[in-house]
Amino acid sequence: MDAREAVLDKYSGRVFKNRKDHIIELDEAGIPKEIAANSRSVPGLMINRGCCYAGCKGVVLGPLRDTVVITHGPIGCGYYTWGTRRNKADAPDGRNFIQYSFSTDVQETDIVFGGMKKLHQAIKEAVEIFHPRAVMICSTCPIGLIGDDTKAVAAEVEKEFGITCIAYSCEGYKGVSQSAGHHIANNGLMQRVIGSANDEVKEKAFRINILGEYNIGGDGWEQERLLKKIGYEVVAVLTGDGSFEALTHAHTANLNLVQCHRSINYIAEMMKTKYNIDWIKVNFIGIDETIRTLREIADYFDNDEIKKRTEEVIGEELESIAEERKFYRSKLEGKTAGVFVGGSRSHHYQNVLKDFGVKTVIAGYEFAHRDDYEGREVLPNIKLDADSKNIETITVQPDKEFYHVALDKERFEELRRQNVELEYYKGMFKDMGDGTITVDDFNHYETEKVLDIFKPDIFYSGIKDKYMIQKKGFPSNQLHSYDYSGPYACFKGAITFARNTYLSIYAPAWKMIVPPWRTKPTLEGTMGDENYA
Amino acid sequence: MLDMTPKKLAVRKALRINPAKTCQPVGAMYAALGVHRCMPHSHGSQGCCSYHRTFLARHFKEPAIATTSSFSEGACVFGGGSNLKKAVKNIFDIYNPDIIAVHTTCLSETIGDDLNTLIQQLDIPAGKIVVHTNTPSYVGSHINGFANMMSGFIKYLSEKNAVPNGKIGIFPGFVNPGDMHELKRIAKLLGVKYIMFPDTDGTMNSALTGHYEMYPKGGTTIQEIRELGGAQHVLALGEITSCTPAMDLKRKCGVDFTALPLPIGVEATDRYIMALSHLSRREVPAEIEEERGQLLDIMIDSHAYYGDKRVAIAGDPDTVLGLAAFCLELGMKPRYMITGTPDEKFSKKAKELLLKYGVTDCIAKANTDLFELHQLMKNKPVDLLIGGTHCKYIARAEDVPFVRAGFPILDRYVHPYMPLVGYRGAMRLIELICNTLLDRQDRDAADKDFELVM
Repeated sequence: MDAREAVLDKYSGRVFKNRKDHIIELDEAGIPKEIAANSRSVPGLMINRGCCYAGCKGVVLGPLRDTVVITHGPIGCGYYTWGTRRNKADAPDGRNFIQYSFSTDVQETDIVFGGMKKLHQAIKEAVEIFHPRAVMICSTCPIGLIGDDTKAVAAEVEKEFGITCIAYSCEGYKGVSQSAGHHIANNGLMQRVIGSANDEVKEKAFRINILGEYNIGGDGWEQERLLKKIGYEVVAVLTGDGSFEALTHAHTANLNLVQCHRSINYIAEMMKTKYNIDWIKVNFIGIDETIRTLREIADYFDNDEIKKRTEEVIGEELESIAEERKFYRSKLEGKTAGVFVGGSRSHHYQNVLKDFGVKTVIAGYEFAHRDDYEGREVLPNIKLDADSKNIETITVQPDKEFYHVALDKERFEELRRQNVELEYYKGMFKDMGDGTITVDDFNHYETEKVLDIFKPDIFYSGIKDKYMIQKKGFPSNQLHSYDYSGPYACFKGAITFARNTYLSIYAPAWKMIVPPWRTKPTLEGTMGDENYA
Repeated sequence: MLDMTPKKLAVRKALRINPAKTCQPVGAMYAALGVHRCMPHSHGSQGCCSYHRTFLARHFKEPAIATTSSFSEGACVFGGGSNLKKAVKNIFDIYNPDIIAVHTTCLSETIGDDLNTLIQQLDIPAGKIVVHTNTPSYVGSHINGFANMMSGFIKYLSEKNAVPNGKIGIFPGFVNPGDMHELKRIAKLLGVKYIMFPDTDGTMNSALTGHYEMYPKGGTTIQEIRELGGAQHVLALGEITSCTPAMDLKRKCGVDFTALPLPIGVEATDRYIMALSHLSRREVPAEIEEERGQLLDIMIDSHAYYGDKRVAIAGDPDTVLGLAAFCLELGMKPRYMITGTPDEKFSKKAKELLLKYGVTDCIAKANTDLFELHQLMKNKPVDLLIGGTHCKYIARAEDVPFVRAGFPILDRYVHPYMPLVGYRGAMRLIELICNTLLDRQDRDAADKDFELVM
């Protein structure tokens, strides 16, 4: 029985039928393989997925520091997304909403009689206390069911208070995972925020946006530091330490960098259609990947000064980490890892592991789509199921004023030939092989199984698995929260990541788990003891 | 930190800011984790289950197992029956618990899924059990969810005509495994036969062995919950949390109960021990009296540091009442006692307690939030803040000494193993409180005033 069969072995007919297409063994030949993804989870399996609200409020909108994001619903949803994701923010003007949690704390009477009045009143109170420029409403499950027209409330308060108010119908039951919420959030930001400032057309310059970077543990700040050092101007970050204000100017950038493809590719594509801003799939996780990314951005702009600065910065950064890099490589080389995270990181982190000689033997995503595994070339072949069809896809038209002059076709094709991921993402599979295994929408049982089979030296996942994995005797680090450390991005971040990995694998306590009396006798005596005489 | 919180208080009727409560299902999940070989099941969207497991894992630093019905949009229209059916089959097939404890969510409550009927229609394997409770998130708080889950177990399992077994049922309230452990230790020292329900000691503080047990050795057994019906008496600790399930047990099985405050501090622990002694007709052993004496000794030794210190306490209602009682015993005066749980019994109990110590200027409020507490503190400051981790933002903003106690504590370790209850728990509280006050004194002292001996 091979590894894949062993994982599936225990399942009953129906579960087997569902799960078999989500577990793929990748062989050396690199033959393209198809995986089932972005489909409903099997009820009763202990999965790691969250809901649509989590994707919309928790992931994409939550990090906006200057925006009051009101959770419309019972208290729990707003409570759990309060400060838990580590999307750091620093407001120079002291107006930082990240430390706050806002909710309508809907009660039974609101469920019976409707919650629109309460929502309206809540926004009024938020405006009176905090004077925000923008308020966003995120709906939770019961709101959709009782039919509150949150968009109508948003329109009312816009008139009444002169604010921007956007309502997101991101009820938890929509779609099959957080992924639906990303899409809904993307739509709202594109329709109402991006490009809403009264800007003038800027001259062609090195103006970029970073898309799908949520500044977990300060990752975004580290990227900005490098990019600014080279000479780029970062217009907006979506949405780590992001601001409503910055987003309104995002359409004036010349290039979009896409870090998390899963959560933000919709905006990247729509900005291409509307403003002709090219996007390029980057990866700032890993030393080699950061170098590749920086060089590709420089290639895109094709400016000698930028190219020179890029090489200088790479040189400086490499020098600053050289010693530690060598040390951690010596400690980690030859180890194996499992990587299970949301929708992009399982791919990104394989690269930084490679930097230190660690091989990823098992990997998977919680809520990715097929293109995140197999590459965007499969997009035309993905059949939309009912759950996906229910998530609105919006279309945008070219903007008359801000339609950029981007790369000419020839240069575009040339860059693509050099494997620059322009308007393209190659997916995770192309970097895996060798009999490694990929599991989509992995669950508790499968996680235990793959641990038993592959016995990796370390397993990267989230808090729901972490303690189970450790109880089994495997080191486990969280790649959602970085175990309250970070940043993990770029050169210095790679060292922090390696250091945490090293500390986890080599924690002295691992060697003490078996008590000495389990292996050595404690009772001693001699034959013919004279005391017994 | 919290720079946008204005000093001026404004009446809020709709906007909750920085809550001091969360929703019912997480309490239900925690209660179910205190039953041996039980799988908590969340009947709703998969996000609820994910959030609750995450939150419990963050507080306890332990795996928090639970499954979900994974509602889709279709399930909202057609009802969640089919999802529950599939889920229950898969849970027994794959995770093999002895019992599944289903709790509802705002979603399944709003569409009106009738769990009684749905469970009756299930095909449950022989020897296995499925129970449920209703935990609409838009009513009460996690404290009510905890109580409702207990009631759910009682309604399904506790036997009406059980043979009297002479055992004392102990309902510990929403506390840590360390507290449950301490409550049991005291009962054992007295030689009392008891049933602790629920009991997360052993399930949410399990050992690292290199072998993961999905169902560790701890937890109230199904048999014990059945036997609750034949218990001699129940001690419902934490009047706001434990009275509902105790009432339900009384209604169903006729078992009388005594409601007591959480045994935090001297008097409340005295009452717990007196009740155990009275019910079991066993004398309080010297060992317990010795512990009590040691606690009093420490209270006198360190008394000088508490005098008239003003305290703000935030958290779950019974925990706040217990902490306030002990603060008063130490000689401190609560200035604010707040909970997010909407239950007016809290303010009433708080007033009674404060009156006993002649404190008339303390604001005790249920159904409020940490934003209001912060505003209150800006107007009339305190010397010490006690509460869960979310209070750390206020402590930093106002530079107030801060002691973590209660739920949730997300940013420290060991606390789930350690008690707040009993005389040992009170000693620990003194260590936390006194050290915090002394650390502050050290921090603020000029070099010339920096004391070696304190």
